[in-house]
Amino acid sequence: MNIMTEQSLENAVGDKMNAKSNEVIKMRGDKVGVFYGDKQALFDVNLDVRLNQVTALIGPSGCGKSTFLRCLNRMNDTIDSARVTGKITLDEEDIYDKNIDVVELRARVGMVFQKPNPFPKSIYENVAYGPRIHGLAKRKTDMDQIVESSLKKAAIWNEVKDRLQEPGTGLSGGQQQRLCIARAIAVSPEVILMDEPCSALDPIATARVEELIDELRQNYTIVIVTHSMQQAARVSQRTAMFHLGYLVEEGATDKMFTNPDDKRTQDYITGRFG
Amino acid sequence: MTDIPMDSMVRAAAHPRRDIGLKARYAAERRFRIYGALAISVGLAFLAIMLITIVSKGYTAFWQTTVTLPINFDEKLIDPSNKRATDPSVLIKANYPKLAERALIAKLGIDPSNKPMVMKLKGFLSEGARVQLRDIVAADPSVIGTTRDVNILAAANLDSAFKGQIDLSVEEARRKVSDQQITWMNKLKADGVMAEHFNTGLFSYGASSRPETSGMGVAIIGSFYMMVIVLLLALPIGVAASIYLEEFAKKNRLTDLIEVNINNLAAVPSIVFGLLGLAVFINFLGMPRSAAFVGGLVLTLMTLPTIIIATRAALAAVPPSIRSAALGLGASKMQMVFHHILPLAAPGILTGTIIGLARALGETAPLLLIGMVAFVADYPTTPFDPATALPVQIYMWANEAERAFVERMSGAIIILLVFLMAMNITAIVLRRRFERRW
Repeated sequence: MNIMTEQSLENAVGDKMNAKSNEVIKMRGDKVGVFYGDKQALFDVNLDVRLNQVTALIGPSGCGKSTFLRCLNRMNDTIDSARVTGKITLDEEDIYDKNIDVVELRARVGMVFQKPNPFPKSIYENVAYGPRIHGLAKRKTDMDQIVESSLKKAAIWNEVKDRLQEPGTGLSGGQQQRLCIARAIAVSPEVILMDEPCSALDPIATARVEELIDELRQNYTIVIVTHSMQQAARVSQRTAMFHLGYLVEEGATDKMFTNPDDKRTQDYITGRFG
Repeated sequence: MTDIPMDSMVRAAAHPRRDIGLKARYAAERRFRIYGALAISVGLAFLAIMLITIVSKGYTAFWQTTVTLPINFDEKLIDPSNKRATDPSVLIKANYPKLAERALIAKLGIDPSNKPMVMKLKGFLSEGARVQLRDIVAADPSVIGTTRDVNILAAANLDSAFKGQIDLSVEEARRKVSDQQITWMNKLKADGVMAEHFNTGLFSYGASSRPETSGMGVAIIGSFYMMVIVLLLALPIGVAASIYLEEFAKKNRLTDLIEVNINNLAAVPSIVFGLLGLAVFINFLGMPRSAAFVGGLVLTLMTLPTIIIATRAALAAVPPSIRSAALGLGASKMQMVFHHILPLAAPGILTGTIIGLARALGETAPLLLIGMVAFVADYPTTPFDPATALPVQIYMWANEAERAFVERMSGAIIILLVFLMAMNITAIVLRRRFERRW
């Protein structure tokens, strides 16, 4: 783990020094297809996720964007009938390779879900759980430090520092979601996947989470699924548009929202369908 | 021109009401409510009748008539040749009832040489006096030669008479208590010598042919052993099986088949499990008959499906978001189950287990087949010794004719019901307290 985090730090530093070239590919999907039983949900998706950028996946409901997201840390493995074809790489390594351990993969590619889902345990335990199962903290003080820094990074420390032992489920929706982000950060992942993280939140909580996503970009690579065009425009550097299981178009967010190549993208962004 | 809107307004107000069957709908609802209320009343009435019958017949079982007599532990009668130092069996064989009889004769002021009168005393005190007095002497041989007050058990018939359960209008020859005995009883009662005390013997004595010295001690111990065995075997096996089936096993035809079979097993009549236990555990594996251990195994088989079904339901009720959260953090499947799912499912599992145990506690039929319907007077020291169980004890007392046994049977039912209610209330309290809302 330590080596990995150092690597990602190095990458991050290198990226900052070389700000013009944002072209380091962190994850790459190559002809990714997903089947649920006999039904194909995703067709030949080729999509790159760039280091220290926010990649937004947009598209109407049922277009396969969440399905693609869940392929990136193999959460689809938990569905018996799901089958993934094609190739997905993380730092050039095929994550569906037999030699890749799914537990380790998920420690490197963390996930934040649509509905805030803190464990029904204390706030402290929620954050400490990941580091504990991965053995990231040898001593209590180390763990305290991880919990504190994770909660700080998730911009929730000031709100919860006096009640770390209270249940995480007692927080408000927005706080719960930031707690879930802190929980994901605590295992020092390289990539964070977010599946509509703000859809269950009010506008103020949404704004806070969006700010947070922008800050997190410095250290993490983020892939976010969202239904909100404005959100995609606000937080992401790159946007990918999905429709009916196909990747319609992918490009820099600015371009996608001003001058898309595909008519479907334009229609969707301007609200003509979806 | 202005007339037209007026006209249309009038017409709108006069629009005929459609008949949408409101009356019939409300009537149907009222009828349904009445049916429901009736159904509940019938159920409650039966419950009330059952409870009133049992309690009214059984509460007297918790009281036992005794006669407090100054017993003179006469050395001449207990150990005439003074051999007890060398031969302890003298103290066991001694004629203790005679001591009690002498004390009673003295108390009633009867001339000991009046043989017919002395004969009428027969059956006044319980034969259990022998054991009572022997135990006193055995515990402390120094009482020999002294006098001390002892609460001697009254015989069952006198106990019934004392409680007013014997119809004295029946002619004397046709009832079990003579007029003379009634006279003596009333005299002793007036003196405060004969009185009812709380019947601790009901909880401590084993099987006996005399109602006053028979109790549920052996049955309580036997049932306790069996509950412990069922808990130790059925809970871990049931929970492990459920976790595997629910969380790890692939959903295919084999697991479907297993699931159907588990549901079927839950519906198998308990007597079939008894036959299975008899054939497998006793005849094939040669385990002891009448033993609580075998009873526990049979009840485990019977309880397993209940626990598995309850546990699987509890596991399935844990929301998928918790599973995703744990897996998303990189927890292995086993860590997910043991760190998150199992703690959240625990109240449901516990509730199911307690209900399964309660069912096992009240089960009679399989125990009859493996020989737990035995006359066991001594406490079983291990689960491998012969024992009985609470419901079997009820069954055995129900077969006895004497009035005092009927009373004890009802008393035993009350005790069993109290145990069952306590267990079910525990289950409900656990469910209420730990039930989580997401």
